[in-house]
Amino acid sequence: MSGATIARYRRVIPGFGITLGMTLLWLSLIVLIPLAALFLKTTELSLEQFVRIVTSPRVVHALQLSFGLSLAAAAVNLLFGSAVVWALVRYEFPGRRLFDAIVDIPFALPTAVAGIALTNLYAENGWLGRLLAPLGIQVAFTPLGIFVALVFVGLPFVVRTVQPVLEDLEAELEEAAATLGASRLTTIRRVIFPAILPALLTGFALAFARAVGEYGSVIFIAGNLPNVSEIAPLLIVIRLEEFRYADATAIAAVMLVASFLILLAINLLQRWSERRTRGD
Amino acid sequence: MSDQPLALSGYASRTGYPSGMRAFRTPSMVLRQVKPASDARADPTPMRWAIIGITIAFLTLFVLVPLANVFAQAFSKGLDAYFAAISNPDALAAIQLTLIVAAISVGLNLVFGIVAAWAITKYDFAGKSLLITVMDLPFSVSPVIAGLVFVLLFGAQGYLGPWLQAHDIKIIFALPGIVLATVFVTFPFVARELIPLMREQGTLDEEAALSLGASGLRTFFKVTLPNVKWALLYGVLLCNARAMGEFGAVSVVSGHVRGETNTMPLHVEILYNEYQFMAAFAVASLLALLALVTLVAKVMLEGRAAKE
Amino acid sequence: MKIALHEVTRRFGAFTALDNVNLDIHSGELVALLGPSGSGKTTLLRIIAGLDWPDQGEVHFDGEDALSRSVGERNVGFVFQNYALFRHMTVFENVAFGLRARPRRLRPSELEIRSRVKQLLELVQLGPLGERLPTQLSGGQRQRIALARALAIEPRILLLDEPFGALDAKVRKELRRWLRQLHDEIHVTSVFVTHDQEEALELADRVVVLAKGRVQQIGTPDEVYEQPQSAFVHHFIGESLSVPVTIAAGGVHFAGRKLDLDPHGLSDGEASLFIRPYEVTVVPESGSALLNGIVKRVHGFGPARRLEIALQEGDREHFIEVSAPRHEAVGIGQHVGLRPRAYRLFASPADRSQGV
Repeated sequence: MSGATIARYRRVIPGFGITLGMTLLWLSLIVLIPLAALFLKTTELSLEQFVRIVTSPRVVHALQLSFGLSLAAAAVNLLFGSAVVWALVRYEFPGRRLFDAIVDIPFALPTAVAGIALTNLYAENGWLGRLLAPLGIQVAFTPLGIFVALVFVGLPFVVRTVQPVLEDLEAELEEAAATLGASRLTTIRRVIFPAILPALLTGFALAFARAVGEYGSVIFIAGNLPNVSEIAPLLIVIRLEEFRYADATAIAAVMLVASFLILLAINLLQRWSERRTRGD
Repeated sequence: MSDQPLALSGYASRTGYPSGMRAFRTPSMVLRQVKPASDARADPTPMRWAIIGITIAFLTLFVLVPLANVFAQAFSKGLDAYFAAISNPDALAAIQLTLIVAAISVGLNLVFGIVAAWAITKYDFAGKSLLITVMDLPFSVSPVIAGLVFVLLFGAQGYLGPWLQAHDIKIIFALPGIVLATVFVTFPFVARELIPLMREQGTLDEEAALSLGASGLRTFFKVTLPNVKWALLYGVLLCNARAMGEFGAVSVVSGHVRGETNTMPLHVEILYNEYQFMAAFAVASLLALLALVTLVAKVMLEGRAAKE
Repeated sequence: MKIALHEVTRRFGAFTALDNVNLDIHSGELVALLGPSGSGKTTLLRIIAGLDWPDQGEVHFDGEDALSRSVGERNVGFVFQNYALFRHMTVFENVAFGLRARPRRLRPSELEIRSRVKQLLELVQLGPLGERLPTQLSGGQRQRIALARALAIEPRILLLDEPFGALDAKVRKELRRWLRQLHDEIHVTSVFVTHDQEEALELADRVVVLAKGRVQQIGTPDEVYEQPQSAFVHHFIGESLSVPVTIAAGGVHFAGRKLDLDPHGLSDGEASLFIRPYEVTVVPESGSALLNGIVKRVHGFGPARRLEIALQEGDREHFIEVSAPRHEAVGIGQHVGLRPRAYRLFASPADRSQGV
């Protein structure tokens, strides 16, 4: 018995090697290798070619349209989603449970179904289209239609992300603020809002990410006119059908990188706001 | 929690909105009733009415109306026309293909989702956070890009294209390609439902089982699995709903051959583009029904999970 | 079965949970690991069980190396702090789990399992509850089922992690008594972890006092109570009051005055005088050889009263609490002298080697 150092740390629960191994294998086969193929293809282009493709007017327009409308739609969802989640968590009203349940529909509904439903709805003779036509507002086959579709698909994200946080918010925080003389507005602004801000930002980010990549809900209502109402994912599909793989890849690469950067920024913003709220 | 993945992956933060299944935030975070507002938390009445009004209007306009439209259009020419549309041979072929693809994809992702959730929640290891982030990638990638990557690998001009042609193996424009694309986009669903729950449950039950002499497998089947059964079921439901409804990714790899490589969503597209609106909505209504069933099941599962 | 731990050390990053722990547990003993939170007692228990491994050191069961075996192979019965009952199985299935988990050739027949489980449920006095689910049981009942489950596999050692921590006081007392009786019946070597000294002293054959990952003292409950070997043990077990004193020129000094106390062989320097509050005689102030102070507060019910006394040392006051029989007339503001009937001296923390 010498008390020599024995490095005998073992894992109590068996199966580490095989489960991690299987996970990594599956991940590689389905996700990593295909994505690697994407970036490999991108590197086949010379820098000059790459720049030429992504700066061509049609591509630039498509990217601007996709990102711009996605940001706008996510912002709308942030605004209205806040109202919705507030009503669902804080108020009682007839049909509240029903409305709570239907928030998930845009997430669960197949995109093609949403696409044709929205198009039909906002077409000139559709239920809503015919109400808007006299006002001179055309939704179907215009960028406005794309916007509507993107609001639809992003709707659940803000609500479902903020909902648990709002539900868990201690009543005592607001009661304390009230006893200290804060008005309702001040309480909302300085007690509640900072607490849910990280969740709001996350919801916004998720809605944005979803909208940028959205295809099925949009292509029916969009009109798809190059340089007018053509979204980036559609342009990728068109290039693929033309066997212009390099072009398609370049656009995809730009989309991925831009999304990554924007989401990274939002993530940092979210962590910063979390730190401020928690004070650590 | 220190091993939170980045928002970029589309998962993000401790609120972890996986998909709407709030009750699987663990037994301790059960679906709560709305608390009666104490005076200190009461909002001024005009504000209440305004917000409730906005909520009802917004949700009705953006969710209920489009949904109702699907069914209205589907039955716009009567029941007979409806049933004719969905029993049309091409439609039936599309339904069959959709079911096959879903069965395979869900089956695979079920097994690997469980394995991945086990690896992530029962052990500590370096790079876990990275692993979780990577696992969420399919969530944040556009479905079109998901299809694109497989075309780049297996398409006629893809990296493996020539080799596949030489061996007369068809992946793109055939079933394997559709399955691959579907597996890609539904990859994280099962794991995402399991991970938060298993993380909260910790390893105590497993340690107890092991101390009683149980093997790893027995521990998993008799102890771990029963503890997560509702979350697992919900993950499978979601995975299935997405698998059956996937459009963008499958559209890219499919080839759109009517009666052969069309899933239901693709068939809807074809019908719509041919101006066969009623038929398109008829098939679409089946998918909408699937979505509704999934949501009803979710509410029921939430109730079950809360009771435990 | 006897357990031998030799120089067991466990670190978590920069934090040392166990520091060179040596311990011998005799066959059939009931041993308590007692200490405040963070003392390493649960870590030690888990290392014995095989739910954790030491960075250094050896663990032997009956002379055989235990560290080369996994938790399942060690045949230990572990009772978790929150019971860890399988909530989707009935009480019966929980208790039968270990038996059913055995490989086919070692597994008893279903009939045998049934009778064994029945026996165990009778043993823990929960015979009729076999078909219930754990959520339908009270805390005390769950605890006994957890114990029955652990006993089902006929373990060589029984390990209990704060077994009564989650229960209320009355149930805890009952179960303590019951556990001791059980142990006397079945004589399995048992180790339990607790932070409650009353529990440890009441139940155990021997007590191991741990603090900050080190063993402070090992002994019978009497030894640990009557003969604490370090300031920590004196302070942790039973009540104590302490007064900082100086050892010089063969005598014990406080506030510049020499006290009529024997330095017990301590070398010169700072030290602490430890006394049990009820082992002090309170007298009207007289001889300079006593501790002198002023009564600040008088409170308490029952046969004895508690006196809060301020001892003056230079310009500082030390507050201590002593017990005085009720019939003695002592008032606030009164000057009193304190004569300890029994006391211990420990060198100050700077010199930790004193006392094990």
